[in-house]
Amino acid sequence: MIKYLSRMGRQTLTLFTYLGGLSTLGLETIFCIFIPPIKKERIFEQAKQIGLDSLFIVSLVAFFTGMILALQTAYLMKKLSSEIYIASIIALSLTRELGPVLTALIVAGRSGAAITAEIGTMTVTEQVDALKTLATNPVKYLVVPRFIALTLMLPILTIYADLIGIYGGYIIGVNRLSISPSMYLATTFDTLVNKDIITGLIKAVFFGMIISLVACYEGLNVEGGAEGVGKSTTKSVVTTFIFIIVADCFFTALFYFFF
Amino acid sequence: MIEIKGLTKKFGDFLVLDSLDLKIETGETKVIIGRSGCGKSVLLKHIVRLLDPDAGIVLVDGQDISKLDSKKMNQLHMKIGMVFQGGALFDSLSVWENVGFVLREYSTLKEKEIRERVKEALSLVNLYDVEDKMPSELSGGMKKRVSLARALCVRPQIILYDEPTTGIDPITADAINALIDELHDKLKVTSIVVTHDMRSAYKVADNIAMLYQGKIIAEGTPDEIRYTHDPVVHQFITGAAHGPITNQDQGKE
Repeated sequence: MIKYLSRMGRQTLTLFTYLGGLSTLGLETIFCIFIPPIKKERIFEQAKQIGLDSLFIVSLVAFFTGMILALQTAYLMKKLSSEIYIASIIALSLTRELGPVLTALIVAGRSGAAITAEIGTMTVTEQVDALKTLATNPVKYLVVPRFIALTLMLPILTIYADLIGIYGGYIIGVNRLSISPSMYLATTFDTLVNKDIITGLIKAVFFGMIISLVACYEGLNVEGGAEGVGKSTTKSVVTTFIFIIVADCFFTALFYFFF
Repeated sequence: MIEIKGLTKKFGDFLVLDSLDLKIETGETKVIIGRSGCGKSVLLKHIVRLLDPDAGIVLVDGQDISKLDSKKMNQLHMKIGMVFQGGALFDSLSVWENVGFVLREYSTLKEKEIRERVKEALSLVNLYDVEDKMPSELSGGMKKRVSLARALCVRPQIILYDEPTTGIDPITADAINALIDELHDKLKVTSIVVTHDMRSAYKVADNIAMLYQGKIIAEGTPDEIRYTHDPVVHQFITGAAHGPITNQDQGKE
């Protein structure tokens, strides 16, 4: 029993130490954003890498998700003879929930892992130390551009994923479920209100912050050599996935009860 | 002048530096020798505050560096150049971007002027026409020289070298030793060289200090160290397999 409790205590301590480290990095990053100069080209470069490189996989996943959603919804709606609501359900599910979450998970797996591996390698090869000796704050040089780029790119990718997902649903709805194109589009856009889109985008902004902070934190805290980089990269992806799902639950409840 | 007083550093239960005292005079080349893993690089990292001590202080030109705020620490970093063991060149930047890093980040110089300064720094380390290469295209010796050029580009008053000749062939190592000597004479910088390569130590040092079990156990000119009667120092500089150092290691096992 004592052994179990002491293990629980150690794990709780580790969790709070981790959250403390992450919060400190977050605060330092926000602080550094307001200290000039901010090199815009470095942010654009990161945004390009994160956005363009994820575009294909986001398109693929969003398109198939839209189609799957249409087919699964049709199964129930046919029983209720309410096929026309398929378009509304797809539009709402994608903008409020699946668009931001799926995009965040894809970007976390792709760009988050790449960020941890890159910064982790810089840490173990003393490049981060070299930055410090060249009077450069690693948080400002490495974390700030990635934080801004991810926070901006995730909502943009989410809007794109929403549109592609809706198009995927449209293909199934119009071609397989015999809903007229004009009816499908009208139902989609009549159902959606600004609140649905905005709540999805707010989630995306926070997911972008989570991905960038966890990825950079893991990269800056790598210990050991190549093995350490590998472990931190895996930990970065797993931790981000958990934080995204927890944050998603929190925001969904918040928007449901208060907005 | 750099003064280190009572410097103590522990990693877990392992005491790396144990109330270490050391003084480096302005314009001097001090070589710190010792076995691998004895804490030489840790000592160097304390001088640029990459590590904070558990106890003790480091004074650079009379200033306790642990009391400097980040702005003043940055100003101090501009006075100190560091050459890392593996070069620590930024992989994603070309040679000229690496060497001109500080100028590109903090100066108002135009790209053409920065390129001129970079060329000048590279010529000091005898490197030509490598500006547009990436670090991955360079040999180990070239990486170390580019790293030195990067340190020189800010015109430092102090240069720290972490194992400058480790992992490179003897001819290139000798060229680097000659370079350290030449830069010392030409630029009148204070240099601290951490190494376990005795050939290098004798060649570049004004003064040699031996680090053993977290303390400086011997200090003197290259000749004083070469002809020392201290059995620990003697075993280290001659590279003998048997002696007090190895006896101590076996005792621990």
